[in-house]
Amino acid sequence: MDTEEYRDHPVRSYVLTSGRAHPSRNTLRPETLVRAVESRPVLSTAGRLERELVQLCQGTLALAEVAAYLALPVSLVAVMVSDLVDAGNLTIRSNHQAHVLPGKDILEKILDGLRKL
Amino acid sequence: MDSASSDRPVPGQHLAPTVARSVKILVVGAFGVGKTTLIGAVSEIDPLRTEERITTASVGIDPGQPNKDTTTVAMDFGRITVTEDIALYLFGTPGQRRFWDLWSGLADGAVGALVMIDTRHLEDSFEVLDQLELRTRIPFAVVVNQFPDSPDYPLERVRAALDLLPETPIVECDARDRQSAVLTLITLVEHAMTFPVFQKVNA
Repeated sequence: MDTEEYRDHPVRSYVLTSGRAHPSRNTLRPETLVRAVESRPVLSTAGRLERELVQLCQGTLALAEVAAYLALPVSLVAVMVSDLVDAGNLTIRSNHQAHVLPGKDILEKILDGLRKL
Repeated sequence: MDSASSDRPVPGQHLAPTVARSVKILVVGAFGVGKTTLIGAVSEIDPLRTEERITTASVGIDPGQPNKDTTTVAMDFGRITVTEDIALYLFGTPGQRRFWDLWSGLADGAVGALVMIDTRHLEDSFEVLDQLELRTRIPFAVVVNQFPDSPDYPLERVRAALDLLPETPIVECDARDRQSAVLTLITLVEHAMTFPVFQKVNA
């Protein structure tokens, strides 16, 4: 019946992010590496998912990995991660500019690494 | 190989603390072409999946009518720690139009893309190649995934059928085989290094 309608996933997503579709920073990509800041306890106002997210990031993970483990869309997790970075609970490990192609030195290192596989 | 597959991914396969940067390669191709197989062959973690959903209907106009048109676009991915400080992510994606509408930023900053082809269904790859060329400027290499019943076309015939530029690499591969899959990645990165952007000044 009608209740089925209210379980619609995208709508639930926006409730989780207080209605926002976009993160407070636009440098987050699926491959952006994030990690919890150990010295920073999660605010008591944080929700269950935020806690779960910070818990997941006790070691370094990419945004896409966090999304997959939480079974949530990357776009939604980007909003949550952005908030948690603002709150000081998460830090962004990879700090290269998102729109810039990897330099030749990086490509050479990747190539070396692949040849050793 | 024979890795245990579970219903839910087991969290906590963190990167080494030395990893401080990530790069990505897109693996694009039509449904069933072997993207996830290739990713699984080289990934150090079991491939993971994440989904985005878009609702394209007029939400809120007539809540009584359950005629929403919800589209799901899934992305399977894996990762390889290629050096002690760099993690390479492989994002497997269908390359159709609706995918690029949703993931416009995914190609930004990518090393390049592997375009996987099944010669039994060559026409399925036309839209993928068209969209890749239209929406991105990233280097790509074409990977012909060999299935047991694939017709034995010479690569140059496939190149001509796909109307590829002479400099675009095209290689055969068995996506299930780790070394074969690694070679496709090496081909792409070597090609990326010859890309025009690197002929200019390295700012």
